[in-house]
Amino acid sequence: MSIDLQQDFYGLFGLHRRFRIDEAALEFAYHDLQGRVHPDRYAHLPDSEKRLSMQWATQVNEGFRTLRKPLSRATYLLELMGIDAGLHTNTAMSPAFLMEQMEWREAVEEARAAGESEELAQLHTRLRQHSREVFDELARQCDDEHDYAAAAETVRRLMFMEKLQHEIDDALEALES
Amino acid sequence: MAYSEKVLDHYENPRNVGAFSKEDEGVGTGMVGAPACGDVMKLQIKVGKDGVIEDAKFKTYGCGSAIASSSLVTEWVKGKTVEQALEIKNTQIAEELALPPVKIHCSILAEDAIKAAVADYKKKHEG
Repeated sequence: MSIDLQQDFYGLFGLHRRFRIDEAALEFAYHDLQGRVHPDRYAHLPDSEKRLSMQWATQVNEGFRTLRKPLSRATYLLELMGIDAGLHTNTAMSPAFLMEQMEWREAVEEARAAGESEELAQLHTRLRQHSREVFDELARQCDDEHDYAAAAETVRRLMFMEKLQHEIDDALEALES
Repeated sequence: MAYSEKVLDHYENPRNVGAFSKEDEGVGTGMVGAPACGDVMKLQIKVGKDGVIEDAKFKTYGCGSAIASSSLVTEWVKGKTVEQALEIKNTQIAEELALPPVKIHCSILAEDAIKAAVADYKKKHEG
């Protein structure tokens, strides 16, 4: 067993470089690889090979973590395409989008303060639905239109929406306890 | 993570929270966001006829450092001309608040918010 540490994560799991992936195939390839590179299998071998197996195992785990979650998969795919999604540098989102985010957050804040868990649950459902639409848009931009600049903008929008989802979950948890 | 005393002070007693009417002729509104942490910041300036910023307000959804950075800059811009306000650098904000490296992006966000507010004000007054 040996793994080419130079290849990208898509190559590692035998997947096409696309946003839409066969999740079952990823899962299967992961467990298969993980079984083959597990450090226990190399316990009786010289240190140099043990170290190598550790590197493989780390690569396999990191690759799986990166590709499994849609948002990190998209960011990684853009990186492979030579596009920096600008997650740390780009602060100029469209004002309309940011205004909408403000309104969402105000709604969450108010519902939390008033202890309205039903309202929060509704916000949760609406946001989930909206996220699904935006992820569909992202898939089209990446795989059908190959418009990676537009996809980068969509990834940035989804980062805000993910944060919002966490805030709603936190608020719901706080009200339940 | 431990926040500095100045961050805690601004976080617990934020200055100038609120909003002006966006339609007001002397008001410039800046909206910015940081995708990596999901912080959203709105900063508004109210500019007098002489081009001096009379008042400023903000609303920020984000961590303590983001709130402190925006609170601090609303204090700093008051009494400055819009051109002087553009000279505020994120490094000054980070230094004043003793922000750790992982929170530098909060000060960048505040600097960008001022720039966006001034740009909006100028757009209203051009021509």
